[in-house]
Amino acid sequence: MFRHFGSYLVLMFQVFRRPDKARAFWKQLLVEFQSLGVDSLGIVAIISVFMGAVVALQTAFNIDSPLIPAYTVGFTTRQSIILEFSPTVISLILAGKVGSRIASEIGTMRVTEQIDALQIMGVNSANYLIFPKAVAAMLFNPILIIISMFLGIFGGWLACVLTGIISSEDFIEGIRAWFDPFSITYALIKTVVFAFLIVTVSSYHGYRISGGALEVGRASTKAVVYSSILIIIFNLILTQMLLT
Amino acid sequence: MIEVRNISKSFGDKQVLKDVSVRFDPGKTNLIIGQSGSGKTVLMKCVVGLFDIDSGEVDFDGRIYSSMKISEKRKIRQELGMLFQGGALFDSLSVQQNVMFPLNMFTKMSAKEKLDRVNFCLERVKLAEANNLMPSELSGGMIKRVAIARAISLNPKYLFCDEPNSGLDPKTADTIDDLISEITREFNITTIINTHDMNSVLNIGDSIAFIYEGNLWWDGTKEDVMSASNKELNDFIFSTELTKRIK
Repeated sequence: MFRHFGSYLVLMFQVFRRPDKARAFWKQLLVEFQSLGVDSLGIVAIISVFMGAVVALQTAFNIDSPLIPAYTVGFTTRQSIILEFSPTVISLILAGKVGSRIASEIGTMRVTEQIDALQIMGVNSANYLIFPKAVAAMLFNPILIIISMFLGIFGGWLACVLTGIISSEDFIEGIRAWFDPFSITYALIKTVVFAFLIVTVSSYHGYRISGGALEVGRASTKAVVYSSILIIIFNLILTQMLLT
Repeated sequence: MIEVRNISKSFGDKQVLKDVSVRFDPGKTNLIIGQSGSGKTVLMKCVVGLFDIDSGEVDFDGRIYSSMKISEKRKIRQELGMLFQGGALFDSLSVQQNVMFPLNMFTKMSAKEKLDRVNFCLERVKLAEANNLMPSELSGGMIKRVAIARAISLNPKYLFCDEPNSGLDPKTADTIDDLISEITREFNITTIINTHDMNSVLNIGDSIAFIYEGNLWWDGTKEDVMSASNKELNDFIFSTELTKRIK
């Protein structure tokens, strides 16, 4: 484990440097915005709407006391979505979607000697391949998460209105009640850290492989497993640091 | 000129290269030959710096490459082109973008100058109309030729070719050999070819280094090969009935 951590740090030392050619970096950054960010919008939107709806329905189902006001459903939905669902669960989903993609892309480049070709040309391959991905994810994932928050709360509202469990007015009152803007800051800090972990851990697993197609598959699996575990661990650490 | 002096390389307990010294001259096709597993690919990767050597030194025209920092090595690497066994073209880039890639990274040429250079290189490898094709649309021979075009786009002083004929039919293999040989003479490049293709040895082997069990076992020219008395070399080169008859 310490050997891997050391290798990871060495790789990060190569990654986080000034790009060889600024223009190539900006071009690559735009490509990564598309492939890591925009291409994930669909899955993020679908999951957010449905999960928001489920959270609202489950909350409503569990509140059967007349002493608890109806707007609690909106309040709970908002808090669950902003504090945990959007930053953490969506990041876990992105670890699966984006992490496996990064590991298999870089791993395939490794086994087909494309990374060696970059090295031979005198290009810092780690910087060229990984840095734009890390920057793109750390800039774009917060946007994805904010979209997820809106859609999750919208999903909750939609479920309540369509099923008639509580009124639209009660739900909206709930989502406006005791709002602390720091919860958004907390969620976005977590998102940026998780984005960094997803990209760098997945890239590490892809970059370090040797062998063939079988190894690419293994690297892809490891990327998802390790980045998911690290997201869960860092979720606890950041929550402890930021909310207590 | 590239000079390799007393290099050794081990992976764990297994010593793959044992005190190898060899010289590669400019304007010549220098071949490294040997059986699979003999250490020739490791030797080439040590020379280009993809593997760190355990001892010895690699000298590029008086510059001790093996002891340079990575930032200094990167500068020398811009003088170096390499043709990989599988071509190693970038999948997401078209033929034109692949050949233009080193120009984009390391030159301040205008867009028109870069395009002219790309077209020149592609014409040189007889692929003038292939600019917009993607690597997945190319045959094995075309991939090798695009890789050669990319390797020469920056006017390299040194050209490394790892098994340039692997996976190609004999006619296409001959074409690739001739192309590498012509380019070597035309631009006075120090070319090093790693091969176990005997046609290449007998056609373009200006200088041949035979690696056997990690040692430099024999060296000479293609003419010397025919009269060599070295048993291991003869067993390797003249292993088939056809090559025995040629000898």
